[in-house]
Amino acid sequence: MIENRPWLKLFSHFILIAGVLIVALPVWVALVGSTQSAGSFADSVPLWFGDQGVQNWSHVLFHAAGSTLQIPVWHLLLNSMIMALGITFGKIAISMISAYAIVFFRFPFRSLIFWVIFITLMLPVEVRIVPTYQVIANLNMLNSYSGLILPMIASATATFLFRQCFMSMPGELVEAARIDGAGPIRFFFDILLPMSRTNIAAMFVIMFIYGWNQYLWPLIITTDDTYYTLVMSIKNMLSVPDGDIEWNNVMVTTLLAMIPPVAVVVGMQKLFVKGLVDAEK
Amino acid sequence: MSVYFPQKKLPYLLVLPQLIITAIFFLWPAGQAFKQAFYREDAFGLSQTFIGFGNFIDLFQDPLYYKSMGVTMVFSFSVAFFGIAIALWLAVMADRVIRGKMAYQTLLVWPYAVAPALAGVLWWILFDPNIGPIALFLDRIGIHWNHFLNGDQAMILVVIAATWKQISYNFLFFLAGLQAIPRSLIEAAAIDGAGPFKRFWDIVFPLLSPTTFFLLVVNLVYAFFDTFGVIDTTTQGGPDGSTNTLVYKVFKDGFIGLDSGGSAAQSIVLMAIVGLMTVVQFRFIERKVQY
Repeated sequence: MIENRPWLKLFSHFILIAGVLIVALPVWVALVGSTQSAGSFADSVPLWFGDQGVQNWSHVLFHAAGSTLQIPVWHLLLNSMIMALGITFGKIAISMISAYAIVFFRFPFRSLIFWVIFITLMLPVEVRIVPTYQVIANLNMLNSYSGLILPMIASATATFLFRQCFMSMPGELVEAARIDGAGPIRFFFDILLPMSRTNIAAMFVIMFIYGWNQYLWPLIITTDDTYYTLVMSIKNMLSVPDGDIEWNNVMVTTLLAMIPPVAVVVGMQKLFVKGLVDAEK
Repeated sequence: MSVYFPQKKLPYLLVLPQLIITAIFFLWPAGQAFKQAFYREDAFGLSQTFIGFGNFIDLFQDPLYYKSMGVTMVFSFSVAFFGIAIALWLAVMADRVIRGKMAYQTLLVWPYAVAPALAGVLWWILFDPNIGPIALFLDRIGIHWNHFLNGDQAMILVVIAATWKQISYNFLFFLAGLQAIPRSLIEAAAIDGAGPFKRFWDIVFPLLSPTTFFLLVVNLVYAFFDTFGVIDTTTQGGPDGSTNTLVYKVFKDGFIGLDSGGSAAQSIVLMAIVGLMTVVQFRFIERKVQY
């Protein structure tokens, strides 16, 4: 610190604590609300714990998410996990090998291919939603895990990141590998993969959050609730006449849908920050 | 790098999966959107008539489209402005404290992981006109809150929910930016008698301007395209189109209005906007590298 100003320091802490509390406020309300009976929401949202916590959570997790969604949330959690991990591993795998080809080989149309991958940045699913839906419908991929995962795994961001990472590696590595008689496949698995561990882990954190939080895509391509994912199912629980919303169940489901990605961010904070900063380079 | 593997066919095999996915799920639909934008489909989807630029002409004569553009502007710039201002303030404070910096960071960054749709639900609960604690408090001090009926209040709600999620991201980038400012500069200013506020406005803030500009672009892109969930779970574009952003309108017209030509024309316009923003983002990053 440049100089000692105790009041300013106190003020800084005060602002930070206020910020933390305001940011946490909605989660607090959801947490205490998840322990209330449905009737407790008649006049106002309760601001302190009720006594229905265990019942609500176990009912939602193992029995049914709510009266409009007769499917236990553990099943939706499982679907979300399959989708998120599928998207994450898929993205990392195909981006890594395409970045590998672009950096370590010279072949005709190399830069054209690079531009085709770049173009995907300009076509987020939100802007081409109707035609993409029609393509999936034509391919008979509605209501399937492959329909949830495959369209999401092309990634310009991840390809760029791995390209940067590979380009920073010394060329002598390739030379040494070639002298020792290692081919490209061997080089990839024995040298490149171990050397990019941290980058892969950082990408994993970012892509897991991206995959888990998909909303619009699962919403339009799943009509069969065995393929519902947790985040999108919340829409279903809210689409009831005003006043009939089972707020306690909605809050349990919302919290359950938040816990896995928040745990990843908090538990792997260093990798998360690295992934975030790298992804924007 | 100047050493390459000599194989000729292997690299094509390696890029193939990415290219197949891109072709099927990106290029094909984008091509379809281009085609549909020039056709009009009847209500049953049985026949298509080529109408040239008809869909685009309709679009740019539609007052609702201009309204949606205005809504998108107000929404995006509000989210970017408040997200950046609040995050910068918090980051400057966090940069001052020595004890507990890491704890503050953890407690401020987790909302990044919350899905936009869930952020919408969480803030709806607080602002529910009948039972939400904040809405009830506002009622008591004389502000009648009902975001289902009042367009401005609906806009405020979606801006709050979208900003809440974005503060964490901006905070991390500002904190990194602040830590990169050489201490000697600040010390020199302090020796010359500049107080903390003067130092912030004359030294810190100008030095952060590349970060701020970068965040402005990223935040606008976020507000444009990643906030679909916030709007869909809370206001669904209403009341009376007051939160109907361009991205939400594409979905609404295409899936609920079943106007595939109009929706495709809107998709094309949006693709042009994303393209422009991507170029700006990359241009800017190139410049940053030259420092």
